[in-house]
Amino acid sequence: MRATPPSPAALICQMRRGGLSQRERRQNQPLSLGKRGRGEGAALFSTRTGVALAIVFVASIAVAQIRTQPASASVLELLVKWTPLLATGFLFNLLISFFAMVVGTASGLLLAFARISPRRSLRGTSWIVVQFFRNAPWLVLLFFVMYLLPFQFRLGSVTIPFPDWIKATLGLALPIMANVAEIVRGAVQSIPTAQWDAARSLAFSRRQTLWKIILPQCVKRMLPPWMNWYAILTMATTLASIVGVSEVMTITLRITNAEGRTDLLIPIYSYVLLWFFLYCYPISRWTRRLEARYGQR
Amino acid sequence: MTHRIDATGSNVPIVRVLDVHKSFGAVEVLRGISFDVAKGEAVCIIGPSGSGKSTLLRCINGLVTIDRGEIFVALHAVHRLHKDVEMVALRKDVSIVFQQYNLFPHKTALENVMMAPIDVLKQPRREVEERAYALLKKVRLSGKEQSYPGELSGGQQQRVAIARALAMRPQVMLFDEVTAALDPETRKEVLATIRQLIEEGMTSVLVTHEMAFAREIADHVYFTDHGLIVEDGPPSQLFAAPRKERTRAFLEQIL
Repeated sequence: MRATPPSPAALICQMRRGGLSQRERRQNQPLSLGKRGRGEGAALFSTRTGVALAIVFVASIAVAQIRTQPASASVLELLVKWTPLLATGFLFNLLISFFAMVVGTASGLLLAFARISPRRSLRGTSWIVVQFFRNAPWLVLLFFVMYLLPFQFRLGSVTIPFPDWIKATLGLALPIMANVAEIVRGAVQSIPTAQWDAARSLAFSRRQTLWKIILPQCVKRMLPPWMNWYAILTMATTLASIVGVSEVMTITLRITNAEGRTDLLIPIYSYVLLWFFLYCYPISRWTRRLEARYGQR
Repeated sequence: MTHRIDATGSNVPIVRVLDVHKSFGAVEVLRGISFDVAKGEAVCIIGPSGSGKSTLLRCINGLVTIDRGEIFVALHAVHRLHKDVEMVALRKDVSIVFQQYNLFPHKTALENVMMAPIDVLKQPRREVEERAYALLKKVRLSGKEQSYPGELSGGQQQRVAIARALAMRPQVMLFDEVTAALDPETRKEVLATIRQLIEEGMTSVLVTHEMAFAREIADHVYFTDHGLIVEDGPPSQLFAAPRKERTRAFLEQIL
């Protein structure tokens, strides 16, 4: 009976759909990102979703509690008992999401510069890269990186180990890179060309113009979609369990195997779901607040 | 004779435009324009919309590269510069003020004025700050140093833009229909600022629809139409007794 946990693949499908619709909107109406962005954020992490999740969680415990034989430990006790272990796994998810976001953002920024380069060859190449990594399924990318990279890396006499979780981080950073590149490109191109003219006429170089004049004006526009992608990435870190990283899903599976109790399945997976919700919900709320504030201007 | 001219500097051309051609796709915007601007002179370019006036100004500071002809500004052969890197030296000598001000919205008025001298010319911040305060005072915006462009009126923004252009200590100022987007009230403030600059001897090239203003401040006026100079002369002559029928028709329509 392993049908209960929400399959990560299905989750990702749902997330990607969210990402796609957002992208389409951005292309159609670059300036009205603010107001329309709200709806989608609400669909992913609304208070209603949270309440529903909490009800499912409590109900599943209640049901499990009733069905538990008097001799064995209650489900609630089990959850409390395993919470520290689950927490270490969850911290691992956060660690992966954090590093993947850092790597993805840095490389995405570089990729965006290539996308808006005056050099045609650079623009073309980077376009292909962006399209590929934005449209490839995340899980496929993850497997790709897992098998492509060696488990260690030799630099002269120094051997740098490449543990699975780092490979997973890089694998997840790839789609983030491509999507961040699109966010940056879209924001840069939404700045009127008159700003470039003004900067050029004041003898600013292209690089200075980008860093001192254009990008600072883009931050407001980039922040909400960027945070949205962080929330999506955080949920996607559960994919790492499929490639053997000891994150929260892997640990949950181990716990359920060890306990061997079917009545634990629904409570423990909704428990994990609740954790993700509690982490992503504030981010989502904050994103929507920023969107609303910047959308008004 | 030459010695005298050099000493006063009044007849040395600082801008020389020779047979300049420019097309955008199939549209020929400039079809062989030539003129000189002497140091300290104020030159106005007038003409109907779409006659290539703004393009001409943008050619002078290299924002638009020309197809044929030659442009010299101070010591720079503009037509030989192709990359932005090569244009940097040119743009230190020529400043432009745009119709839509184009201030940097994320910076205060003071920062807008200070940015280029600090980041591009690498001048010491304290010195630049002092100069920026003086320039904002000169354009009568004392007290607005910490305001963001969004908090200023169009006329105030345009005067910040003028101060920003002056902060580079250019040898030539280009004004591209700087009052076209302003209401009559604020227009006056901006024109007063420009008049003061010209009286102080700033070499200026103005594209303008303000005929009265052109007549008052210009040393020389060029009337352009369809990418060509139809007629030029001192304002007293060109406005009062235009020689060409086209000029007369244009002036009649406008005045």
